[in-house]
Amino acid sequence: MFETILNVISALAIPLIIVLIPLYGYRKGLKVYEVFTVGAKEGFDVALRIIPYLVAIFAAISIFRTSGAMQVLSWIMSPLTSLIGMPGDVLPLAFMRPLSGSGALGILSELVKTHGPDSTIGRMASIMMGSTETTFYVLAVYFGSVSVTNSRHAVPAALTADLAGIISAVVLTNVIFG
Amino acid sequence: MINVIWLAMILIGVTIASADCLLDFVDGSILWSPTMEPLVNLTSGVFDSVKFAVTLAIGLVGIMSLWLGLMKIAEKSGLINIVAKAVKPVMIRLFPEVPPDHPAMGSIVMAIAASVLGLGNSATPLGLKAMQELQTLNKVKDTASNAMCMLMAMSTSSVTLIPATIIGIRAAANSTNASEIIAPVILATGISTTVAIIMTKILEKLPRFRYPDTGEESSLPENQQNPSQENA
Repeated sequence: MFETILNVISALAIPLIIVLIPLYGYRKGLKVYEVFTVGAKEGFDVALRIIPYLVAIFAAISIFRTSGAMQVLSWIMSPLTSLIGMPGDVLPLAFMRPLSGSGALGILSELVKTHGPDSTIGRMASIMMGSTETTFYVLAVYFGSVSVTNSRHAVPAALTADLAGIISAVVLTNVIFG
Repeated sequence: MINVIWLAMILIGVTIASADCLLDFVDGSILWSPTMEPLVNLTSGVFDSVKFAVTLAIGLVGIMSLWLGLMKIAEKSGLINIVAKAVKPVMIRLFPEVPPDHPAMGSIVMAIAASVLGLGNSATPLGLKAMQELQTLNKVKDTASNAMCMLMAMSTSSVTLIPATIIGIRAAANSTNASEIIAPVILATGISTTVAIIMTKILEKLPRFRYPDTGEESSLPENQQNPSQENA
């Protein structure tokens, strides 16, 4: 039931927003078409402005991934993660997730395929994927769009939150499905 | 911070790929086997991914323009202010530096709502819009303000109601109950959002992350633009 409601909301959300905002503007006497295009023009600027930051972050992530540094890191960390009940197979996902959305999605599909979606590993990986974000991408894009280079405490705060999401995913999987 | 992480990723990656060119690690023993393949793969990987970075940015133009256009209507019609007013009590605690009636508040609410509803690639344009509003309040333009860091932390950890992509992958793999992960995901993201907020509030007070004293407004970097100045 809850699930059906959520699915309906997610399907309706965008069409509803696209209708309601211009309708409201029109009733307030706005020239909605003209105002829309003024705002839309900014879209191009923003996209262009984030390119250098995206190139920088994607280059570093690519080097880190293709070199096998990711596997080395997972291997070093594995004694620690087994302590909190995380199987070694899920560890690369935990490391990939903040770096690359498509990379993490690849690992998730692989894990779900090999171990089955209803296995502990399959469930843990799915929950972990849903509970975390591609932090470095979001960071590059968000701060890049306003040319902020000194990100202060944003990285440690966001990564701690990711870590909390990862640990919660492991614990919740073991508690609920264990 | 980002400087060190960026450089370390490149250095560690190139070092490991170079070692991989010379040595092979098989069952705990190290074998001498010179080959250029790991470095060649690394190079083509970098070229591919920077190309993808540009494709991704250009691909954002369409959806970005759609949302920024709608947001402009919402802003001019006063809709955003209504939204912002509704969640004012929470927002002034999370973003104390932002004046409660500033357009940034509405944009932040819209951005967070988009990521909670799982609107995926719609969350990015709305988040960027909010960042730009916050930049108009930022006194040191190349440094993130407390509010910007809070928005970043909340966006990357935000509560997720429907992890649609993941449910799709599970369903495609013939899961008996593909959406059984919804409740744990809501719970886990609730925890991570709480941690994000607490950590941001604690870290922003630490001396090493201190916001520089103002008085630098006149010496902005030359590439500073102020994209939302027409909101003033």
